[in-house]
Amino acid sequence: MNQIAPNSYRTGPDEKGLFGIYGGRFVAETLMPLILDLQKAYDEAKADPTFQAELDGFLEHYVGRPSPLYFAERLTEHLGGAKIYFKREDLNHTGAHKINNVMGQILLARRMGKTRIIAETGAGQHGVATATACARFGLKCIVYMGEVDIERQKPNVFRMKLLGAEVVPALSGSRTLKDALNEALRDWVANVEDTFYCIGTVAGPHPYPEMVRDFQCIIGNETKKQMHRHEGRLPDSLIAAIGGGSNAMGLFHPFLDDPSVEIYGVEAAGSGVDTGKHAASITGGRPGVLHGNRTYILMDDDGQITEAHSISAGLDYPGIGPEHAWLNDTKRVSYVSATDKEALEAFQLCCQLEGIIPALEPSHALAHAMKLAPTKPKDHLMVICMSGRGDKDIFTVADHLGVKL
Amino acid sequence: MTTRIDQRFADLKKEGRAALVTFVTAGDPDYATSLEIIKGLPMAGADIIEFGMPFTDPMADGPAIQEAGLRALHAGQTLIKTLDLVRDFRKSDDRTPVVLMGYYNPIYIHGVERFLKDAKAAGVDGLIIVDLPPEEDEELCLPAIKAGLNFIRLATPTTDDKRAPTVLRNTSGFVYYVSVLGITGTKAPDLKSVEQNVTRLKGHTKLPIAVGFGVKTAEQARSIAKSADGVVVGSALVNAVKTSLKAGKATPETAKAVHRLVSEIAQGVRS
Ligand SMILES: Cc1ncc(COP(=O)(O)O)c(C=O)c1O
Repeated sequence: MNQIAPNSYRTGPDEKGLFGIYGGRFVAETLMPLILDLQKAYDEAKADPTFQAELDGFLEHYVGRPSPLYFAERLTEHLGGAKIYFKREDLNHTGAHKINNVMGQILLARRMGKTRIIAETGAGQHGVATATACARFGLKCIVYMGEVDIERQKPNVFRMKLLGAEVVPALSGSRTLKDALNEALRDWVANVEDTFYCIGTVAGPHPYPEMVRDFQCIIGNETKKQMHRHEGRLPDSLIAAIGGGSNAMGLFHPFLDDPSVEIYGVEAAGSGVDTGKHAASITGGRPGVLHGNRTYILMDDDGQITEAHSISAGLDYPGIGPEHAWLNDTKRVSYVSATDKEALEAFQLCCQLEGIIPALEPSHALAHAMKLAPTKPKDHLMVICMSGRGDKDIFTVADHLGVKL
Repeated sequence: MTTRIDQRFADLKKEGRAALVTFVTAGDPDYATSLEIIKGLPMAGADIIEFGMPFTDPMADGPAIQEAGLRALHAGQTLIKTLDLVRDFRKSDDRTPVVLMGYYNPIYIHGVERFLKDAKAAGVDGLIIVDLPPEEDEELCLPAIKAGLNFIRLATPTTDDKRAPTVLRNTSGFVYYVSVLGITGTKAPDLKSVEQNVTRLKGHTKLPIAVGFGVKTAEQARSIAKSADGVVVGSALVNAVKTSLKAGKATPETAKAVHRLVSEIAQGVRS
């Protein structure tokens, strides 16, 4: 995997959907014509100013963008190093970055004349965002969610139902996010005529990794402008948590060709990457093929997919988006990890110092910031993607702290 | 080069009947029973054996084949053991074609070149890899053809006349027409549309066309055999394995139950 540093890190994927050796279109033949259709429709929409204008309108008035870039003053003081900013995706309508991508895909689905939307969800944030947009446009919505995740993300399950979505439990395998994805793919194969599959992260067959990235890039594009306004320059480092990698890619991508910016993707280390109970696909996995793309995946020596483990349902996935796999191999982005325990500590610290209850997913990014910030000088500008709010996680956290609600 | 698959279809053409292609999952419910099952398939009336390579995440399969795969994996089945099963089968049968069907990741992890060499040596004749569409032909399809294995492609109801040439370009052995929009073992095929689509595909290829997904009864098999060159039965056989188990383990009935069902459906194909 010796690769020469490219001139630009922002030109991928190629016409086959590849980032280096990663990505591609590893799907059943039944889906192939649909994926080609989707690609065509997306390329047309991208080139159509009315599509972008419509999307911008919804992002401003419905989602509430731009989201603030907030100076976390007390956390900065506490850690005693880098000057820390939060990109406040938690303030978006529905409480996470997921809605940025969903608005884009749902507008595209409408353009394509699709009337039935399916989605997979782990933490339930993507499911809630999809259910929300479907309610807004009067589309039928079916969300697949692992049985285990339904149990640990109850508030979001109820929200989806209130919004009129049908939540279908995925009962196979580990009954978490990967199985929800399998079920969604199976649904799609059986309902090709009217159904649009709204994938929630930068994974899946081409063009999903590219399309979801493009819709999430608003995070990084806004951050760039806002940082200029606050500080008159680029940030020095970016940190984001990685499930499939969509909030991270959204923040990172606009900065990939700014070599002075250090970039960190934080995977979920669960009980620790050497315990076998984790969700760190790059740190603990290897290149393989799953869910339509080649990327780093957790598996055994026979190529069977192993179960991921994380306290955070949104990070509990044994793969990672293919562009991240490539950014790892080219060394443009550093992939690190944080354990359940570290994330819980960061979660509490953030509540206490900043009056912000973070989701467990970005708590992993915070945990890495707690390690990194003290090693940096005071004029080092660090941006953490606060990808979502933690209301959905209070039951899980209470459980771990031994509190009965 | 003529493979066992080509030979078998040529022979059956002379006999004037369609092939019965039987799918079972390798290592389900355990290695020994699985071997007993495939050894008895030709006698029961199977013309071609499709052997499922278990995978944890079979995205095109319904509950029956998903569960069969998990049963096999829990019993310790691996890709290497699947090739061992084929090798053991070949000790007593050198004529019945064996096609491995599954997903790409275990092969990719085994190593493509090594897998093709090992599969060929074990006596495998063809491959059906569900998640490798023609767009990914360089991964395994072209190397497989070079190694002397047939690469059998799935054509589906979404394979229209525009797409068909792409799908058929590097296909060999036979074409597997997926008779329903959906996963294995759930919907029943609409026989009229199957006939139309088989006729349509025949306009694009000289290869034999086998039809599968959702075929459960001798009656369905008989009716499909009128227009197609082969009928594939899978989930029904896998279900026969399942219902024969006691506390998840094989019983003396397990292999017999599969063979009985195969004989029954074979009558349909042959009548
Ligand atoms: C708040 C939040 N952050 C992060 C993630 C992880 O997804 P991704 O890596 O695609 O951003 C999720 C997924 O559910 C989430 O809800």
